[in-house]
Amino acid sequence: MKVFISQETIRSRLQDVLEKECGQKVRQCYQCGKCSAGCPISFEMDYLPNQIIRMIQLGMEKKVLSSRTIWLCASCQVCTARCPREIDIAEIMDFLRRRAYKKQILPKGEIGIPLFNKIFLKNIESFGRLYEMGLIAMFNLLSGKFFKDFSIAPKMFLKQKIGILPPKVKNKNEVKKIFKKSGF
Amino acid sequence: MRYAYYPGCSLHSTAKEYDLSAKEVARSLGIELMEIPDWICCGATPAHITMNLLSIALPVKNLLKAKSMGSYEVVACCAACFNRLKVANAFMETRDEDRRKVEDIVGEPYRGEVKVRHFLDVLANQFGLKNLKEKVARQLTGLKVACYYGCLLTRPKDITGFDDLEEPHLMDDMMKAIGVEPVNWPYKTECCGASFSLSRTDIVLRLSRDILQMASDEGAQAIVVACPLCQSNLDLRQGMVNKKYNTNFNIPILYFTQVLGLALGIEAKKLGFEKHIVSPLSLLKECSRRLNVGYIPTKREP
Amino acid sequence: MKIGVFVCHCGTNISATVDVEEAAAAIGKLQNVKLSVTYRYMCSAPGQELIKKAVREESLDRIVIASCSPALHEKTFRKCAEEAGINPYLIEIANIREHCSWVHKEKKEATRKAIELVKIAVAKVARNKPLKKTYVPIEKKVLIIGGGISGVQSAIDISFAKYPAVIVEREPSIGGKMAQFDKTFPTLDCAACILTPKMVTVSQNKYVTIHTYSEIESVTGHVGDFTVKIRKKARSVDLDKCTGCGACFAKCPVKVDSEFDMRLGKRKAIYVPFPQAVPNVPVIDREHCLWFQKQTCGACKKICPFGAINYEMPDEIIEEKFGAIIVATGFTQFDHSVYGEYGYGKYKDVITGLHFERMANSSGPTGGRIIRPSDGKEAQDVVFIQCVGSRDEQKGVPYCSRVCCMYTAKHALLLKEHNKDAQAYVFYIDIRAAGKNYEEFVKKVQDEYGAIYLRGRVSRIFEKKGKLIVRGADTLSGSQIEIKADLVVLATGLIAQGDAVELAQMLHIPYDQNKLFTEAHPKLAPAETITSGIFLTGACQSPKDIPDTVATASAASVKALGLLIQGELEREPLIAKVNTDLCSGCKACVIACPFRAIEMKEIEDKKLKRKRNAAQVIEGVCTGCGNCTAVCRMAAIDLEGFSDKQIMGEIEAL
Repeated sequence: MKVFISQETIRSRLQDVLEKECGQKVRQCYQCGKCSAGCPISFEMDYLPNQIIRMIQLGMEKKVLSSRTIWLCASCQVCTARCPREIDIAEIMDFLRRRAYKKQILPKGEIGIPLFNKIFLKNIESFGRLYEMGLIAMFNLLSGKFFKDFSIAPKMFLKQKIGILPPKVKNKNEVKKIFKKSGF
Repeated sequence: MRYAYYPGCSLHSTAKEYDLSAKEVARSLGIELMEIPDWICCGATPAHITMNLLSIALPVKNLLKAKSMGSYEVVACCAACFNRLKVANAFMETRDEDRRKVEDIVGEPYRGEVKVRHFLDVLANQFGLKNLKEKVARQLTGLKVACYYGCLLTRPKDITGFDDLEEPHLMDDMMKAIGVEPVNWPYKTECCGASFSLSRTDIVLRLSRDILQMASDEGAQAIVVACPLCQSNLDLRQGMVNKKYNTNFNIPILYFTQVLGLALGIEAKKLGFEKHIVSPLSLLKECSRRLNVGYIPTKREP
Repeated sequence: MKIGVFVCHCGTNISATVDVEEAAAAIGKLQNVKLSVTYRYMCSAPGQELIKKAVREESLDRIVIASCSPALHEKTFRKCAEEAGINPYLIEIANIREHCSWVHKEKKEATRKAIELVKIAVAKVARNKPLKKTYVPIEKKVLIIGGGISGVQSAIDISFAKYPAVIVEREPSIGGKMAQFDKTFPTLDCAACILTPKMVTVSQNKYVTIHTYSEIESVTGHVGDFTVKIRKKARSVDLDKCTGCGACFAKCPVKVDSEFDMRLGKRKAIYVPFPQAVPNVPVIDREHCLWFQKQTCGACKKICPFGAINYEMPDEIIEEKFGAIIVATGFTQFDHSVYGEYGYGKYKDVITGLHFERMANSSGPTGGRIIRPSDGKEAQDVVFIQCVGSRDEQKGVPYCSRVCCMYTAKHALLLKEHNKDAQAYVFYIDIRAAGKNYEEFVKKVQDEYGAIYLRGRVSRIFEKKGKLIVRGADTLSGSQIEIKADLVVLATGLIAQGDAVELAQMLHIPYDQNKLFTEAHPKLAPAETITSGIFLTGACQSPKDIPDTVATASAASVKALGLLIQGELEREPLIAKVNTDLCSGCKACVIACPFRAIEMKEIEDKKLKRKRNAAQVIEGVCTGCGNCTAVCRMAAIDLEGFSDKQIMGEIEAL
């Protein structure tokens, strides 16, 4: 990985923004690597969790927000539980994902996950509870994998694990209002 | 013991058997679980990844609904819902400025007054393991299980707080109390891949394979879980794991409420075993046959 | 009264902001001020000459110096006054630098303030009383608490000056942690070989008394006159009769985990902790001895040819007086059982640095073989994890334990020497090798001994199929690493002893949030405490390696000797004094005094014609802090040099 970091980048104070908005003292990280050591998804990530934190310390916002790592984080919280400096790395990953959504920066080659999240939320907004059939159908459609999970679909259906019809929530407007007021 | 009950989306669909068995167990033990009327999705992982305030507002709305029922204690079975409800409470108790924003979204004031417990916590700690032991009506001796806690039940410690962070043992203690042997295995809290089930199934397959392999290596015949996503990843996708990695796992993934229900003498057909993809029926029949005491009826028997 | 006022320019430090000439002129107009002049550098030799000349020519009897903080030159000016023939306590210093010119910018206001400050000083000095220094006698004996390398070195230094030293050590033998080490870095000297000659030196030295298996019971008194009660725990073996023949422990049927061998080996219920123990006299562990627990056996007594075994021996409490105390209590290892991710201390094959030392030691429990404690097999793949408990705010201590990088490198080297097919993996965050020849040593281990250094912490260790699975990271290459190890050695940090706080409170010395004893000044006085007469050495003050420990041991000895050779200790007279006529005996001051410098004494009340209790200040201990004057309801206790009258004078002058 060839990178050149300019002085302006290093002084750009991304870690101050983070500190202010989600209260995590990124500057305290001394790169011990315990988070990366315990992360179950490390094997698929393009940057390890400690590298993401390092890049935040160095102000490399674009690289961080366009990485696949932040989307591959499973929010399993092992990093947070074990960090010796008590930094909530899972919270930082959340913050980065939300920032990426806001800035509309999407990871190259990993678009499935941000897409999935959006579809999930749209699903709840419409139905109040998760309508699995709708979720799977929409996701398969939009991600281009039309026949994914086709083999298990009939089994799930027969065992009444997923229904054809959406769930019954009376006050759907209530839900829509919450979404609207949150700025979705 | 009365609680407001928050099932969450999965328990009404892909984890139906968890809902059924939990209700059966509650009924058998005299615990009243009153489902929160018109509850809505808690947002689970997609919400907190996308929008912070939304991810708090959705659980808070449900807690307010519980409050309007007159209940100040909510029980959840789904580990993700449990975690989100507790996070929402912690948020509303401590973050003054942000709390006002959430209160504005849900339209009501809320300060974390409705307490949230996981069903495992209720049964093990509040009902008591000793009391459970006394209610055992069916022996499941010879059944060796690996208790799998997953991520959201135990972490972060200051949110979940009811069991040990690195070596949780409540489920293991419960299994021991009802006569089932829990194996000692190191993957109790390893991640299964959680919400990547649809978007990155390959990651789920790899992590699930590791978990199934470790459980099998330690001699477990089944894995006992307390989270619908863990169950679906390990059960639903077990066939795919076998296909991809050339393994031949045949490990039923049971909810602890199902195992507990059996031990309490509830009929097997009421506990939703037929809904599993990897069927546990032959294993359970084997266990009861070994003892020649009691039997577990299948759907086909008259 | 003829007061002389001397205003210093202090170069431009004062005169740049304060108009010193104007100030001197204004002060000169005050009542009682005979002379008011300025000079560029009052503290210099010509400046002091100026003062002395003025005293002679103008017959001054009190002096006010307007200059920098008294913290810097009060002693200088007192000496100057004394040489000029004035009592050194009839001078006052007005701080017009740190309190005025250095903190203000506006010249007019600063000058006005400076004048006010000098006015106060003039008012105070007018009410000063001539005081005399006090002297306390010094008991010429030093107590050394702890018999590790630091205590032993202190004893050697003190006895070299032909002064008596007493070592009180709580283990059955002196030697401390160093006796447990195998080899020391960077020279790879055998620890016992360099330590035992020192141990023998102190044991044979006529100036040194060693009390082993003993603890400090209480400490009262003050510098020069400490009264210490020492509990000599019952050894059950007579120190004079025993010859160290070893017949008793050979016969003893009880086997107990040996603490010295970190529970990797066994000892008997009657035992000598290690072969080179000083004194070479066994001790009976009464909690495991069959005679004390079940009233059976008694084999040792029967077989002892010298009748040295005495089951009825009680604890003995002795009382001695000392002039100075050196605290050399050392450290203990951080307990890694708080790390759930490393197994909560349950895994037998996850051991600490001291365990490795005992295994590597050829006279240790494994005969010098590096093995897995669980099954006794030779360890081939060994993972060393640095910074366990150290640099960890979450579960451990926030500081760096200083020696772990070095001893881990040493362990990686020893592993290869004992087992040439073994492979060492070291997980580190930084390598701290700041001492002499230390960096070269670490490089040698990395280059010549094939140790693989991986930069990252370890997230988890668990057991599988007889191996330990270690999940770590290497941040330099950006990878996650998994190693199947036979043995994991945790470089656990050095922390304060479990009872450090109790000892500190007994001695009245301060300690910090990590329970390490606090030195008088972190830079300039690392071997003393703020409590006069009590000195610190070794790891009880902060984690350190052997060279630094020996250095601080000698430093503390010199400080202690400095006290002893004086015979008498000079004390400043700026202390509290009780007017017994006013004292009601309520003891509020006794309770308020943080230094226990006030005691109640019976006095003869001539007016009431009976005896009563009144407070009395112990001159040697009082530091003049003034707490007592604040609580006294009768205004019976006052500070010399800062009396109520003087302070009122200052306030009225404003």
